[in-house]
Amino acid sequence: MAMDRISNEAVLDEANTGNVRDYVALLKPRVMSLVVFTALVGMAVAPGHVNPVIGAAALLAIAVGAGAAGALNMWFDADIDRLMRRTAPRPIPAGRLAPGDALGFGLALAIGSVTFLGLVTNPLSAALLAFTIFFYVVIYTMWLKRSTPQNIVIGGAAGALPPVIGWAVVTNSVSIESLALFLIVFLWTPPHFWALSLYRSDDYARAGVPMLPVVSGAASTKLQILIYSVVLTVVAAVLPPALHFATPAYGIVAGLLGALFVYLAWTVYRMPASDTEMRPARRLFAYSMLYLFLLFAILLVEDGFGSIA
Amino acid sequence: MNATIEPGEGVRLTEAQLKRRRARSVAIALALFAFVAIFYVVTIAKIGGNIAMSGGGG
Repeated sequence: MAMDRISNEAVLDEANTGNVRDYVALLKPRVMSLVVFTALVGMAVAPGHVNPVIGAAALLAIAVGAGAAGALNMWFDADIDRLMRRTAPRPIPAGRLAPGDALGFGLALAIGSVTFLGLVTNPLSAALLAFTIFFYVVIYTMWLKRSTPQNIVIGGAAGALPPVIGWAVVTNSVSIESLALFLIVFLWTPPHFWALSLYRSDDYARAGVPMLPVVSGAASTKLQILIYSVVLTVVAAVLPPALHFATPAYGIVAGLLGALFVYLAWTVYRMPASDTEMRPARRLFAYSMLYLFLLFAILLVEDGFGSIA
Repeated sequence: MNATIEPGEGVRLTEAQLKRRRARSVAIALALFAFVAIFYVVTIAKIGGNIAMSGGGG
């Protein structure tokens, strides 16, 4: 690992004083937007009330915390990011930023966002944000990602925690309802990422990352995607109405959206081994993002921003 | 040991690097101002809530 760090430094040219856009890229803005949205829904559906200013400040802290985790992930993963087409243009492997700058940036934002959230809301929310960053950076990035094909299954917990944090901002507690939101994102993560890793498996193989298609093969991955899709559909459609934080109408729409998810997973499952373009996998990956967005959007609309307005 | 750096010696940044440094400085300044503003607004929101809880400021 030490050698990798040194070689990262070695590829830096004289232009390693990155611009503002490079620092923004370190925060993984697309991941951040999903985190903010799911945390917002966690806040909105929680019982009780939070001042809109406090709510907005909490969302900002959660967003910055997620960004910090992204920056620390890019700092640690620069050696393998350089080997993969999707990640090679990132600021550190591309030589636009020094690894140490990304590390300092990420640590400062991580400490700052957790402290800020604790001051503005409550210690539980701050502790959950700190745990999320720790889990993503240490448990997922440093440990699981390079050691097990179950990396994104377990690591998905980090991405599933923001609605729990949002809920804790309002209620100062972790409840079964917020854990249901956690479970939806947790079950959504594997089929979402495995669809991507199916058509990027050569990238992961080159970088030595033991993603499921690399270790177990495409056929096994397709089956796992299908199984997770069915379980996700049932959980996402049944749990929120059963726990009374969504209406039966949500359950019906979630069931229909899930049916399309399962159908697309089925087309992936039926994809012949000779298919190198893997359009069904690309379609499932794209739809999976729309699916999660729509599920949480319905919860938000049904609740009418109840806890925040 | 005479390590005095004469004027014009040391690290010289290119025009592009200077431009990027200026942009970073502006971004840091804006972020700091935003941070101060957020703390101000959040403090008002929290104090306002507490005054309301205690039945008014009188």
